[in-house]
Parts: sequence; C-alpha cells; structure tokens
Amino acid sequence: MFLKFDAEFRQGMRDSVPIVLGAAPFGLLFGALAVEYGMDIGQAVLMSATLYAGASQMVGIDLFGTSVAPWIIVLSIFAVNFRHILYSASLGPKIAHFTVAQKTIAFFALIDPQFAESERRHERGYRISFNWYMGISIPIYTAWVAEAALGGYFGRLIKDPYAFGLDFMLPVYFLVLVMGFRRRRNWLPVVAVSGVASVAAYFTIGSPWHISIGAVAGVLLAALIAGDDPLPEAVEADPEHV
Amino acid sequence: MFGLSDITWIIIFGALATYATRIGGHLVLSRFERIPRRVSAALDAVPAAVLTTLVAPAAVSNGPAEAITLALAAAAALRFNLIVVLLIGAAAIISLRAAGLG
Repeated sequence: MFLKFDAEFRQGMRDSVPIVLGAAPFGLLFGALAVEYGMDIGQAVLMSATLYAGASQMVGIDLFGTSVAPWIIVLSIFAVNFRHILYSASLGPKIAHFTVAQKTIAFFALIDPQFAESERRHERGYRISFNWYMGISIPIYTAWVAEAALGGYFGRLIKDPYAFGLDFMLPVYFLVLVMGFRRRRNWLPVVAVSGVASVAAYFTIGSPWHISIGAVAGVLLAALIAGDDPLPEAVEADPEHV
Repeated sequence: MFGLSDITWIIIFGALATYATRIGGHLVLSRFERIPRRVSAALDAVPAAVLTTLVAPAAVSNGPAEAITLALAAAAALRFNLIVVLLIGAAAIISLRAAGLG
C-alpha cells in the first residue's frame, strides 16, 4: 500500500507528462462549461474528483437543468463509461500482485490514457508496479481536479457565453468523439440509425426520450448485424484524453 | 435529501456508476471465458450510439449557424485532433452568429 518515491514512481511521473499536458485544455473547458451550465465551482470540482472521466462529465453537464430525469443522466454517464469494463477485465491479471487496497485505488484511476500506458508497459515486458501506476495517475488526477476549479473561475468571468459560442461547444465536442470511433466495426450504420432515431424521437415523443431511444436503436443494430462466431480481439484504448 | 441538490446527487451516483465500470470488468467480465460476438459488438457500439443522440437533435433543432458549425466540425475531425476541432468550431459559431445566422 505504501507509496515510495522510487525510480518506478519517477518513471511513472515522466510518462504522465504528455497526458497531463494533453488533458489540460479539456479539464479547463469542463470547469468553464460546468459553470456556464449552472453548476457551482464546488460541484464542478466534486465531479472531476469523483467521476474522473472527461466525456461522461461533459454528458452530465449537458443534461443537468434539462427535463431529463436524474436516473437517465446517471444511466447516460454509465453508458459512456461502459467501455472501462473491458479495460478493467484486461488490466486485472496484469496487476494481480497488487493488494486489495491497491487494486481498489488502481481501478478508480483506470481512465483511457492510464489503460493505454499500462498496456504499453506490459507489452514492453515490464512488470506493472503500484509505484509506477501511481506515478502516472497522481499527476493526471491532481491536474484534472485543479483544472475544474481554475476553468470554473475563468468561466464565471465570461459575460456573454452565447456570443462566444460556449453554449454550443458540447455538441461539437460530442461530435468529435463520435468521429473518433469511426474505425470501429459498423460505425456508420450505428451512428446513422442512432442519429435518425434520436431526431425522430426528439420531434415526436420529445426530449428526453430521444437519448434512450436513439442509443438503444444503434446498439440493437450493432448486435443484429454482428456475426455469431467469436472473434478474438485485443482491447484498445479509446482516442480520448481523460 | 440531506440538503444536497439534485446535481450533487447525480454526481454521486454517476461516480458510483463510473467506478462500477472500472472495477466491474475485473470482478465480473473476467469470469467469462469469452464474450459472445453479438454482446461484444453491442458493447462496442454503446458510446458512439449514446453520443450521437446528443449531437443529432442539436444539429437539426437550432439555426443554420449551428448546423453549419457541426458540418464543418465533422469534416475537420477527419484531419485534426479534438482541441483543434473545438477551436475551429468556436471560430465558426462565433462568426456565423455574428453574421446573424444564429
């Protein structure tokens, strides 16, 4: 359980530098948008500190203050983070030597880049030590939480969010994430069906049902058009920052 | 309840749900020898499907400024990374709205 500031920990810290820098704009953007969407800075910080998952935090603030029921918001957050289940299953055997307390912490920190770096280190034949793992995750986590506060502070200074287009940054952000998945199997049919179904539901049944209806339509389609034969596959980290 | 706002409760449950995904694969999924292909394909499709439902209505229920911005962003996403596309999107929405298309 005890962390040591040893060579492993320092190697982890070095490995974390590009991730911290890459995630910084998004940590700040999250804080600014959270305030813009009606959260206070404390809530923004709480969200970064407890969810610690960029895309799903953005989904959360997009749906707060709308007619969407709380349990649907929680379900949407769960759905966007669902892929972590695959990371977790893949990482488990590689950190079998961690104590239970160490695993409890390690899985909390299992974000996309943490998974990618862990897989990479394992590929290169190194043992994943707790010190190395925390050497990566402590700087990323600390920066991410601090950026929520800092972004929130700057967000409050913006007087006319509409003129700055701040209210429309979330759809653009989500669109880029959707585009980032485009090399996955059956991406286009899934996105097309989810898009059409959500728009149809939006104009007929109305918000918030367009989210569940659109999502279920796309996921069902993916299951329908997948073949039955098992496909051995390695889990790859999503091209997302935190 | 306990004087906490709805948003705070959603954050707490959202955090628990997120932690469940991060430890769940280790606790549950690793007990299966292999995942059926249809299940794996469905799981693979979840994030793109959910996120699409947050974009598509925004593309068609706002003005031309918003629709054009999303079209530009989709094209830019083929080439550039997230932060660059966000900057392009911000430039597009600011200028299109300033031009009165909002």
